[in-house]
Amino acid sequence: MSEPLNSEAFRAYARRCSLVFLIVACMTLLMVGASYMRLQNHALTIGIILAVACVNAGLVAGYLMHLISEQKMIYTLLVFTGIFFAGLMGLSIFASHDVPALLHQTVTR
Amino acid sequence: MDIPYTVEARPDTGVYNAKVGMWLFLASEVMLFGGLFSAYILLRVAALEGTWPHGWLSVPLGTLNTLILALSAVTTLMAWASCKARRFDRYKVFQAITLLLAVIFLCIKGYEYQDKLRHYEIVLKDGRIADGHLVESRPGEVVLHGRYVANHAELMDGRHPGAHEEIRIERAQIQRIQNYGPAHNTFTAIYFTLTGLHGLHVIGGMLVFAYLWGPGSAMWKTDPERFTNRVEVAGLFWHFVDLVWIFLFPVLYLT
Repeated sequence: MSEPLNSEAFRAYARRCSLVFLIVACMTLLMVGASYMRLQNHALTIGIILAVACVNAGLVAGYLMHLISEQKMIYTLLVFTGIFFAGLMGLSIFASHDVPALLHQTVTR
Repeated sequence: MDIPYTVEARPDTGVYNAKVGMWLFLASEVMLFGGLFSAYILLRVAALEGTWPHGWLSVPLGTLNTLILALSAVTTLMAWASCKARRFDRYKVFQAITLLLAVIFLCIKGYEYQDKLRHYEIVLKDGRIADGHLVESRPGEVVLHGRYVANHAELMDGRHPGAHEEIRIERAQIQRIQNYGPAHNTFTAIYFTLTGLHGLHVIGGMLVFAYLWGPGSAMWKTDPERFTNRVEVAGLFWHFVDLVWIFLFPVLYLT
């Protein structure tokens, strides 16, 4: 049976969780602000927004899901998931480059 | 029969079995949502210039829902920490707050769905297009609160909708009428699919939390350590639901 949290440890944990929430909230507002910016390059805006979303996701996974201090077994499992997920997204990007060519073939046939 | 490793860590994995099980389940969930995000990318990249909608969804409501879900992720973690601190009274409070926040999230989502389902595009026989929210539908006429546009391209950018007024349209003038439901276009189809599946996960999480808050909490008296582990794995699922929304919000509402 693991040791129970004492009240000091509980308060420290609560402070850490509150801090993560505040950062996530600020990052969310930053994302919304970035979406209203009129950047010349729309792809850059999307890139900034998704980068901030990744930071938010990292905070949630790292601190709230305790991935920052997890066992090797869980990391191994996630590495495999990451490989398959990257493959899935890679296939999507690869396939998306095929779309104009397919359309062209249909039109010229 | 005793189920092994419900409390103590299994020597070869270093964690108790339910936690490994939950992470394996979450790995499959990553691929499920990954497939749908992949579909979104393909639909969006393949969309012709000017045919992908912008500003169709309420950014303030989406932001509010993001904050609500993030806060609920913290309260569910505090519920688990309360169990670890042997403070069952606090656990009950934090878990109840989590449930309440989840209900608020679903109510806001429901309002957004209702807003889309009452939003109509009406193509008239003279070529004009009326776009707005349904006020009244009678046998002879339809009343919208909206505006007329010259073509579909004007409807794609919802960020500057212009002035709205009450529009009365005789049914005899209508060539086609369609709401902004899943069948409207590829954007609404993927929007309802992604957020609908996410919403089902929210409901699933709520059912588990409600059980752990209500009848399932009896285990606290007999096996508090095992109950704490149950709260932890349920929390892991809830954090995943939050993670998915962290990507859904910018992808659907902001880009």
